[in-house]
Amino acid sequence: MVSTGRPASNTILEASAPDAAAKMAQGAGKKSVRMTVNGQAHTITVEARMTLLDALREELALTGTKKGCDRGECGACTVHIEGRRILSCMTLAVMQDGKHIATIEGLERDGKLHPLQVSFIEHDGFQCGFCTSGQIMSGIAMIEEAKAGWPSAASADVREPFTIADLSDSEIRERMSGNLCRCACYPNIVDAIAETAGKS
Amino acid sequence: MHPFLLSKVNDPAEAITAHAQDPHLAFIAGGTDLIGLMKDRAALPERLLDINGLPDMARIEALPDGGLRIGALARMSDVAVHIEVRRRFPVIAEALLFAASGQLRNMASMGGNIMQRTRCAYFRDENPLPCNKRRPGSGCSALHSLNRNHAIFGWSDACVATNPSDVAVAFAALDANVIVRGPAGERSIPFTDFHRLPGSTPECDNALERGDLIIAIEVPARPEGRASHYLKVRDRQSYEFALVSTAAAIATEHRLLRSVRLALGGVAHKPWRLTAAETALCGVSLDDIAALKSAIATSFRDARPLAHNAFKVELAQRAALRALRTAGERA
Repeated sequence: MVSTGRPASNTILEASAPDAAAKMAQGAGKKSVRMTVNGQAHTITVEARMTLLDALREELALTGTKKGCDRGECGACTVHIEGRRILSCMTLAVMQDGKHIATIEGLERDGKLHPLQVSFIEHDGFQCGFCTSGQIMSGIAMIEEAKAGWPSAASADVREPFTIADLSDSEIRERMSGNLCRCACYPNIVDAIAETAGKS
Repeated sequence: MHPFLLSKVNDPAEAITAHAQDPHLAFIAGGTDLIGLMKDRAALPERLLDINGLPDMARIEALPDGGLRIGALARMSDVAVHIEVRRRFPVIAEALLFAASGQLRNMASMGGNIMQRTRCAYFRDENPLPCNKRRPGSGCSALHSLNRNHAIFGWSDACVATNPSDVAVAFAALDANVIVRGPAGERSIPFTDFHRLPGSTPECDNALERGDLIIAIEVPARPEGRASHYLKVRDRQSYEFALVSTAAAIATEHRLLRSVRLALGGVAHKPWRLTAAETALCGVSLDDIAALKSAIATSFRDARPLAHNAFKVELAQRAALRALRTAGERA
């Protein structure tokens, strides 16, 4: 058997576990980040390894965004960056310099809930509520994606244009599959989103 | 996560030099795979270089000749919903839409997608288990343990992992090219040579060397592009990696297959082209199920299932047949 002898090009193997990094003083790697969160400008100074999720919760005390799996599998940490839904546990705070971020705390307008929040209450779209902020942030962006004509894996033919009128329940289920609900409120979540999408 | 430093780069030459000179530096774009690997301690870079600021690399170009040029920093969702991607190569749009979730597709870059590492649970485990991909020489836990999700083609005693990318299967079927820039300049790697088989060095997933930066993926114009389809079979209907998947692209004349491109995902360390079946399928009618089946079977004579994944041999052949027939409806 011939070994190429070259190190893996695309990864840093565990064997190379860096002593240098371990020695790095907690403050040495800190960086200052300017972010606009729910319309408000913030400057925070954090270590590079801090996720956006931890920065929102620990640095800005915005605990509406939840930490479920912390591995990109459950969707509880969904927020918007520049209007797009993303998982805040799978990105670093220091990579968001200059970005606009929206969280569940920013949805209310003049004391009134966002229509999807109202719809979740009307349709009983949650029980324990832990996944709810992620579901709602995901649902709002998902409706915008559908309005913009984005197809999904549930669309009949990706070659054809997609319109909001094509947003069936199975479309909503597919598009929301990145948000898990251990209370299994899925039918009510789908109803809440369908109603809000229909009105908007 | 372990402590590390992060800096940003706006010049590709600077990024290439930094990566070539520093063995403990990793590029980060979307981060959706790398951050997970770091949380599981399966990657421990000392320095990250944020390449999101590199100019012009998020562009998706529909080329006048019918091909595509997809910048390495283009996000999966932008590629998946691009109308010319959908019309010219539905197999690419479908492979992307059947992958991950809406949130992850908004984050993940195309370059990062084809660089993502195996989902083998022994490789990813937070508590280090024997894994030659993670720690060369430590052994393969999957070879004689739970290997339902593992390879049936091209594996070695050192590693039985599969490549998890969906869109890589479509790119392999379409003979796309990976445009890479390194210290010695730019080169084009045929997609089927990009990922490698494990052999005795499963720690190397692909043909890249230190200092290499993926610039773009180019898909040449293909007469089979429009009649193409991606079929993914998995344990749950959405947000799951493939047990097996098939990318099929065909050209026909009066229901007879004139040209076939067929690749499988979830069965090997790289997207698995069914070259023998592609040849055997030429001249076969899309309505002759028995003939289609026996032509597909020619590519399965060298299948070597493991203790728990013999079902993949039958499943993959059925998936290939169905993908061909769906592509046939588009011809």
